[in-house]
Amino acid sequence: MRLVVRAAEVTGAERLIDITAAHVDSCLYHGEASLDFVARLVDGDAHVSVPTTLNVGAVDLLHPDLNRGDPATVGRGRLLMDRYRALGARPTFTCAPYQLADSRPALGEQVAWGESNAIAFCNSVLGARTNRYGDFLDIAAAITGRVPDAGLHRTDARRATLVLRLADDVPARLRNADALAPVLGLTLGRRAGSGVAAIDGLPPGQSEDRLKAIAAAAASSGSVAMFHVVGSTPEASTLDEATRGIETPVEELTLAELRAARDQLTSGAAQSLAAISLGTPHASVEELERYASLLAGRRVDARIECLVSTGRDVLATAEERGIAGRLRDAGVELLVDTCSYIAPILRHAAGPVMTDSAKWAYYAPGNIGAEVVFGSTEECIASAVAGRVVRDDGVWGEA
Amino acid sequence: MTVGGRTLVLTEGLSLWGGMDPATGELIDAHHPQRGANLAGRVVIMPSGRGSSSSASVLAEAVRAGTAPAAILLREPDLILSIGAAVAAELYGVDVPVAVLSPEELAAIPDGAEVVVGPDGVRRA
Repeated sequence: MRLVVRAAEVTGAERLIDITAAHVDSCLYHGEASLDFVARLVDGDAHVSVPTTLNVGAVDLLHPDLNRGDPATVGRGRLLMDRYRALGARPTFTCAPYQLADSRPALGEQVAWGESNAIAFCNSVLGARTNRYGDFLDIAAAITGRVPDAGLHRTDARRATLVLRLADDVPARLRNADALAPVLGLTLGRRAGSGVAAIDGLPPGQSEDRLKAIAAAAASSGSVAMFHVVGSTPEASTLDEATRGIETPVEELTLAELRAARDQLTSGAAQSLAAISLGTPHASVEELERYASLLAGRRVDARIECLVSTGRDVLATAEERGIAGRLRDAGVELLVDTCSYIAPILRHAAGPVMTDSAKWAYYAPGNIGAEVVFGSTEECIASAVAGRVVRDDGVWGEA
Repeated sequence: MTVGGRTLVLTEGLSLWGGMDPATGELIDAHHPQRGANLAGRVVIMPSGRGSSSSASVLAEAVRAGTAPAAILLREPDLILSIGAAVAAELYGVDVPVAVLSPEELAAIPDGAEVVVGPDGVRRA
């Protein structure tokens, strides 16, 4: 409770409000401080008071052979995950709790979520309300069931204060392509910082997977906790709704800026590849199905390690539907409970590693020393099969 | 509570998770202009926090490992860093002040200057 009160001081809140659910990021091991903190909670006999999901940890608990870290560190990572489970949180171990049918808060619901991509998705796509709850405060909120009445919990803070409009030179085909979403998110994070922006100019009804890619990238390059996509997100059926009819600065995003942002995600000029990493944030059932369809019965080249990260609950669904089997038959490895850029998982982590995730591309060079090639999902799958980088720049107006 | 140290001005916000190695204090974000700088013991000045919600854990771990900044000065409040500092103080008895100053005040503090951060603000040592 002291942490929640400290949070109220920092945010200037005058009162606390009740939450209905929490998503806790603190279960990812960052060193002994992670265990020292949870030991205090365990000693105090703490227990979560609201339904609580857990974010990724440092270890794939279901596929122990995939963990390549030193055994002592893997053991500490596993212990931390166990400690949070013992506090009463559900062992979901996913960075995409919004993919769990029973863990999707409703429009307007007050929750406390950690994990930067999930925070942005929760506010923007579900229309539920959370601030950026970092480690420690997320579990403190889950235990007390209270958070400060501040920031995005309040209606007035959810209005777009900046409009980012796709310029006329952005081709219609690109506006409709999956490849745009992560790059757009990266640009959004840079332009918006910690503010709330509305993206204008995308076809209405963008899929949750595309909105996920925008959220994850924007929360990596910036501190974006909420954004609107006009015609796609629930508090922005029109631009006027997103801005509440208040005159708001408009900035243009040109094709040149988007191409430059895309190119910055590639750290090397590699033609050869060591690995492909998909599923950051965790792949949805629809994305797993898409990978299997794109593979279309072909196999991943024997020289390439092709790794897909997903949640254990999504994997269970994919197993039932035969999607997981199709992927494994094609030579794809399925990783759960963690992610390939936060723990030693990849056999050749230095790369070059190709990914369709702006978040993976952003953090992997610093975290695991990987050289990164960024491409669309289609390019990643084509490259996995070919054993080398395959490009199709047509969608970017460059073919 | 007063701490002192040499300032390190970061021209962009930094996510401590994925941005600082708590074992060494080194800035490891490949996309950050000050990549390679070392944050340990410095009074870090940056526009804002950024990115990962794990940054609170990384700050606490850096305090435990003795690689944390002496203080962090920002233009806008950052709940993630403030809570990380509060937990580190509770666990390890080391205070890393996370303070908000106006852009003008921050701009007036040069890079590499010896300063003292206390309840009354920041002054040259």
